Parts: sequence; structure tokens; C-alpha cells
Amino acid sequence: MNATGQISVYGWEHFHHDADIGVCGRGRSVVEAFEQAALGLTRIVTDSPVAADSQVEVECRQNDLELLFVDWLDAIIYEMATRKMLFGCFAIHMEGLALRGSLWGEPVDVARHAPACEPKGATLTELEVARDDNGLWSARCVIDV
Amino acid sequence: MDPANFTELDPVRWRIEPTGAMRVPAIIFADEQLITEMDDKVGQQACNVATLPGIVSASIAMPDAHWGYGFPIGGVAAFDPEGGVVSAGGVGFDISCGVRTMLTGLSVEDILPRQEAVAESLFRQIPAGVGSRGKIALEDAEIDAMLTDGARWAVEHGWGEERDLERIEEGGRMEGARPDFVSDRAKDRQRREMGTLGSGNHYLEVQAVAEIFDEEAAAAYGLRLDGVVVTIHCGSRGLGHQIGSEFLKEMANAAPVAGIILPDRELACAPIKSELGERYLGAMRAGINCALANREILGHYSRQVFGDYFPEATFELLFDVSHNTCKLESHVVGGVRRELFVHRKGATRSLGAGHPVVPQAFRTVGQPVLIGGSMGTSSYVLAGESTSEEKAFSSACHGAGRAMSRHAALKLWSGRQIVDDLAARGILVCSPSSRGVAEEAPGAYKDVEAVVLAAERAGLARRVARMRPIICIKG
Repeated sequence: MNATGQISVYGWEHFHHDADIGVCGRGRSVVEAFEQAALGLTRIVTDSPVAADSQVEVECRQNDLELLFVDWLDAIIYEMATRKMLFGCFAIHMEGLALRGSLWGEPVDVARHAPACEPKGATLTELEVARDDNGLWSARCVIDV
Repeated sequence: MDPANFTELDPVRWRIEPTGAMRVPAIIFADEQLITEMDDKVGQQACNVATLPGIVSASIAMPDAHWGYGFPIGGVAAFDPEGGVVSAGGVGFDISCGVRTMLTGLSVEDILPRQEAVAESLFRQIPAGVGSRGKIALEDAEIDAMLTDGARWAVEHGWGEERDLERIEEGGRMEGARPDFVSDRAKDRQRREMGTLGSGNHYLEVQAVAEIFDEEAAAAYGLRLDGVVVTIHCGSRGLGHQIGSEFLKEMANAAPVAGIILPDRELACAPIKSELGERYLGAMRAGINCALANREILGHYSRQVFGDYFPEATFELLFDVSHNTCKLESHVVGGVRRELFVHRKGATRSLGAGHPVVPQAFRTVGQPVLIGGSMGTSSYVLAGESTSEEKAFSSACHGAGRAMSRHAALKLWSGRQIVDDLAARGILVCSPSSRGVAEEAPGAYKDVEAVVLAAERAGLARRVARMRPIICIKG
């Protein structure tokens, strides 16, 4: 494991992949795990703080929880790409396999954010959404960059 | 990987015998050192690909193969139209990512006095990196026209020259593109991204020809010692990424319904002869046209910059070739000519001398195979070998291939240190991101020389010229 944000029970981390980057979020619920993974996604791009200046809404629906996780990350990547924004705060409301997410962020500032690379999409590689014996959830997959 | 786990067919060809659900063997082209350094995941992924329905002859990995998603990067697999599958993961998210090399007609001594000024102008004129916007904004009708006509569309709009088209695969326009199969979200992602370089391992380099290996082919390609070329590595940008993302999930849901048993969901695929398979092929071909148009526009911007400094520059396109595609091709298998859907994910088409698809100017020597380096290391121009058809469905490697993860690279190098070290070696690197430069450190890649030597020894392609970088624009 490499870059992390308070990962022991709650947070995000990046995991090894030869060409791309793995992202993992952990929390006390699926929602928290997904939100933390989203933070890890942003940290693939920048190490700098991201201001929560404006809000964007996304909706996802899939047939299973793992593909819903991929869809959630893809939805953020889409908003990053089309709005030229970075997001630093996330909130999710889930009903079954339908997800509504709020993203807070700001336009990319190349000088301040010094963005390292551009996420292309979330892959199904190392994809797993699971709860451990202590009831903690994790959500992980490799991001193509 | 442990070479002891393979059958050594010859010093650069290793075979994994079919076991379990594998329908064909896996063949890896590499010398012993390269295969020893490959991640075990390469072998696993090559074996997984070998289980897919309709696969023909073998699941193949190139000397630069590394762990990908679904298919290994550097993977080649051909499928029969009857009963075979098409896989979004087998093409990759960056549909038709590829390399183009342009001959400037200039020599190193012309460039060096203006090296810094040219580097700064290229960095200003070529939109690169996260958050950059292209200068071109496209409405719906124009996006569809671009997705249908590829580089021809770019030329018609003045972003390129007619003479370029015969030096681009498919004449610059992939037949069978279906813009109506491309989602509105994919098109939205591309509206302001035409003529942008992207980030990660994408780059524009000004290079000097440092070594010639094959005089005849070099002459046919217009390469001479100390000549200067411009090489661009990029693909279909946001549109391709969105097509890949959407179809990957759709295929993951649809594969079990179609009765396809996958060893891993990441191999998501659809029967070629299915509504989903045909829809993906139409969208993917539109993505190929997007990449061809994008590289043509970037080539045009480069021409403009060089024209400002060097009015005498001729700037002729050498070739433009993709390495993330699935194409319907004709190949002889077991003495029988067959039409096959060939996936190349991080692998370059490598057609030998005499092949009717090779542009007339190169037909006596074979198709140019363009191999990207990694900022501080050499790039190569190879020539396709006819023997590559039997060995690997006319395919060769595509680059050095990563040897180290991005995080591992960050622990070893800083961007500033790399920029300074390369400047001391006469290579100017311009990038908006110091961390991005560190993640792409030359040391994070395999030895490109070993990769191309293995490809040559395997009869996939032969070395024509080696180029060293002078200027590198990174996203």
C-alpha cells in the first residue's frame, strides 16, 4: 500500500498496479466506503487541497453492488472531465442499487493543484465491495490512468 | 514470472499449455530476462484470455507485456466471427491510442540553437494535462462527422494535409464507424478535447535519429542520421474512455446472459454476432476515428510551431499507427485464410513487405512500427516482418512497458530531479505536473532496447532506426 488517508478503519488508500493505480475506500457502511474511495480517486490526480466551492449531483443505477461502485467512480470521472473540476467532498444517498451522490469541488487550477494524471475510467480489475468480520466495508478497484 | 513454468519453444518464445478452461495455449514473446521480470499477472491474464469463446490459435503477449485489466497490456488475441467474442477490455479505455512520427526535414544542428524556444512554443500550443481545453469546440453534427471520417474530417477542416492520409492506418478513416452507437455522454466528454494530448504516458517528443540499423528501410521511411522527427503518443481522449467505461459495464452484465463463462469479470465481452457486440464495434470504430482525427490535429499544431521557426521544414508524415484496437483482418491460420477479429491491446499491427495494406511507399520494406520510449530513453522505428503473421497475427510490441508502479516511481524520484537530470543530458522536458513527471520517470519503464531486440529476434518486426529525445512535452 502507498498513499493513504486514515486507513485503519475508515479512509482511503491506493494499492499497487503496474501501469495504473488501485483505489480502496473503507468505512462503517457501503456509503462511507464509496465516499472514501472517491477521495482516493481525487488523490490520484492531486495532493493539494480541493475547495468545496460548487456542488454537482450524479445518479447511478446498476444490477449489483460492485458494478454500482464502478459506476459511481465513473460518474465522478465524467464530471471531472467535462467540467474540468476536481472534487474534495462527497455525500451519497443509496436506496437498494440506486445511488444519488453530491460532489463538492472547484475548477482545476493547474498551478495550485499540479494535476499528475487523468483518470480514464474505473476498471473491473481487483474489483471488490465487501464487509469484513468486524462489520467494516471496503470498496476497491483499479483506475485506468 | 518463473521461466520454469513455461515450455521454451525458442529463446524468445514461451508457451503455457492449455489447462482447465483454456481453449488454446498462451504464447509469450520475450527473452529470459524479460519474462523473468514480468509480473505473474501477465501469465494469468494471458491464460484467462485463452478461455474466451472463439479464440483462434493462441492468446499472445508481446515482449513489453505488463499487468493490464482483463487482457494484459501487450496482449493480442484473434476471434472467429462465428462463435467468437469482442471485448471492451481487450481494446482498452484509450481506444486507438497510438503513435505518429513526422519527418521535419531538419537536422539536429538546425534545432539546437532554438531548442528552448521551440520547447516553450510547443508547450504553449499543445494543450496537455488535466484541466486543459482544446481550441476546437464541436457541435453535435460536427462530432458525428468527425466520428465518421476521422483524420479525413480534420484535413477537410484545415487541421492537416491531404498528403498525410495515405500515411495513416485505414487511410485516416475507419470504415464501419457508427456515431449513433456512441452515447451523448461520450460525445459531451469530447466537445472540447479535440487536439489535446492528455496526460499519463502520453507525450509529444522532438527526437533526433541516433542510429540506423536498416539502410534500405530507413531510406524508404525518409529517416537519416541526425535527422529530426516529431513523435506524438495519444489516443481518443475522453470519448474513447467513456465508450470503454460504458461498454465494459454493459458487457459485464450481458456476458452471463449470453452464456459466456468468464474466469474474471474484467474479461467482459459479447458475442461478435450479437446486438451488443455489433453496437460496441460500431462505437469502437468511431473511437478509432476520434483518435486518428486527434493525432492529425496535434500534428497540424506541431507543423505550425515548426513553421514559425523553420519555414524550410518539410514536415512529412512518416506514419500513424494505433496500438489499442479490434479490427477485422484476413490471416492465414493453419494454411487456411480466415477473416478474424484481432484484438491488440498495447500491441502494434506489423505488416510485412508486400502486404497489400501497406502504403505503396513502404511496400518493399514493410509497414513502419513505431515504438515509444520514456522521456529519457530511445524510441524506435521498426519495420513489420511477414513472419509476424504466422507468429502473432501480424503484431509487434508497442513501447517499453512499465516495470514499476506509479507510487513506486514517486518514492524513488522527484519531478524536479528528473527534469534537471534530463536537461543535463540535453533533453528539455515541459510538463504542468512535477508529480506527473516523477510517475513517468524513465527508470519506471522496462529497457526498451531489450523489448525491441526480443521482437526482432522473434521475427515480429526488425529495427530500422533509433531516436533519442531532444524535447519532451508531457501532459
